[in-house]
Amino acid sequence: MSMHCGYLFKRSFRRLLSSQNNKGLPRKFPLAGVKNVILVASGKGGVGKSTVATNLAIALSKWCSVGLLDADVFGPSIPLMMNVREVPEINHQKLILPPINYNVKCMSMGLLVDPSSPVVWRGLMVMQAIRKLLRGVLWGPLDLLIVDMPPGTGDTQLSITQEIPVTGVVLVTTPQAVALADCIKGAEMFGKVSLPILGLIENMSFFSCPFCSVKHHLYGSTPLSELVAGTAADVPVLAQLPMEPSVVRDCDKGSPSVIDNPHIGLVFDSVAERLLLHLDLESET
Amino acid sequence: AVVSTQSTGEVVAGISEIRNIITVLSGKGGVGKSTTVAVLAGTLASSGLSVGVLDADLCGPSLSRMIGLKGSIHSCEQGWLPLSASVGKGRISAVSLSFLVENQDEAVIWRGPKKTAMIKQFLSDVCWGALDYLLIDTPPGTSDEHMTIMEAIPNCSVVLVTSPQAVAAADVLRQVTFCKKTNANVLGIIETMSGFVCPNCSDCGLLFGKGGGKRLAEYCNIEFLGYVPIDPNLSRLLDRGELFKNFQSSASIQSYTEITKKLIKP
Repeated sequence: MSMHCGYLFKRSFRRLLSSQNNKGLPRKFPLAGVKNVILVASGKGGVGKSTVATNLAIALSKWCSVGLLDADVFGPSIPLMMNVREVPEINHQKLILPPINYNVKCMSMGLLVDPSSPVVWRGLMVMQAIRKLLRGVLWGPLDLLIVDMPPGTGDTQLSITQEIPVTGVVLVTTPQAVALADCIKGAEMFGKVSLPILGLIENMSFFSCPFCSVKHHLYGSTPLSELVAGTAADVPVLAQLPMEPSVVRDCDKGSPSVIDNPHIGLVFDSVAERLLLHLDLESET
Repeated sequence: AVVSTQSTGEVVAGISEIRNIITVLSGKGGVGKSTTVAVLAGTLASSGLSVGVLDADLCGPSLSRMIGLKGSIHSCEQGWLPLSASVGKGRISAVSLSFLVENQDEAVIWRGPKKTAMIKQFLSDVCWGALDYLLIDTPPGTSDEHMTIMEAIPNCSVVLVTSPQAVAAADVLRQVTFCKKTNANVLGIIETMSGFVCPNCSDCGLLFGKGGGKRLAEYCNIEFLGYVPIDPNLSRLLDRGELFKNFQSSASIQSYTEITKKLIKP
């Protein structure tokens, strides 16, 4: 695999590794100029984290300055969904300048590597790359950084939660049992590192047949609140999103649905209003 | 129940006597890798072949839930004994991290080296025996788990799974490059979630589009193995772990059966 930016692995970032607390874990340092960080996570792959993160970032950008970090180094979807293609520039301080589209600053491994080249990295390299995407990018000044997390409960999740203070987590799931199981595991993991779960978003809740309009609950119709009751993911359900082919098409063409789809726009505006209550937009960073 | 994996009663650890190993990869999450492994295992076993499944997705081990297997792995002098499930007249041996943890709901929060060590143990310390097929389910991405498998199984046979979406196909394209770099033998691409036939009006809605996987196969000069439609009945069976009890009742099984015929052709 060839990289466009060879600076990614400069030894200078190893000084961050030497910031140790008594337990041998790195201390958390806020990102310069970033007031709040929200992780959009799931545990399970393919439930719509990137779709939610993208539309949520744009909805929130109406109220505050927002950045969107694609932390999925293996499957970076944000460049396609946010229609951001250009290779980022670097300033005189050797910080990457995140491209802006739809009023949101974006950064992704997908902007730094060839689209057909796989990122074939073991965990240590992933950790270094995540640090670069966090601290090697000129995010600030920014009210809110949304982080689109990869699936799983491994290196990326540990690296981010150990590296920076996080305001909270929004969990995305479908009603499928296997997705819920992973979502609950994800909630447990975030609970272990003392991160608050701000809410759940149920994606692919149902599908309305375009021909006969009958609603189909492809993964069951039990309310999500009942399915997660008593588990680590027992938090308010912020939204239920249907399975809509138009949302899929919008993602694929890089035109997030929240912009032109009134129904989707209303849903994400509602989620944004609830999340704003958790943000600290006043303090200086 | 645990089972000795050789008819002679001799138990052999490791994968050395397995005739065919197929790793199911995607790059993209949630496209149906675990579903594909579960159903392909079922179709192979139903035809009388001896089959094993290994769930290499340590953080999100869905396979055991889908095939309705719970229990603890036991060990013998030679190594670990897989659990088994019956499907039709056949049996499937299975290994998953979920058989080794006490609390199924507890998150497995492991960094790469630990995952690597676990997968190596699954490949070397489990008494798989002389299976006809071992199917390996993988997590999304191209990281420790995938590299460990490729290093342990030279020229590994691979089946790629994608949904029709462009975001999925983009990830699978990277996976194709990964397979070429690791000298994997790519058997073909399966396009899942390809169309939904409404039970009410019988018209077919394209929730995620159609043809993205086929186009990817043509672009990469890889065999296209087939389409698998969205099947709520299959999803219900997998969620309840009842797939093997009602194996022939789901329409999408026919799609997988046709794919299986292409995979086992001489």
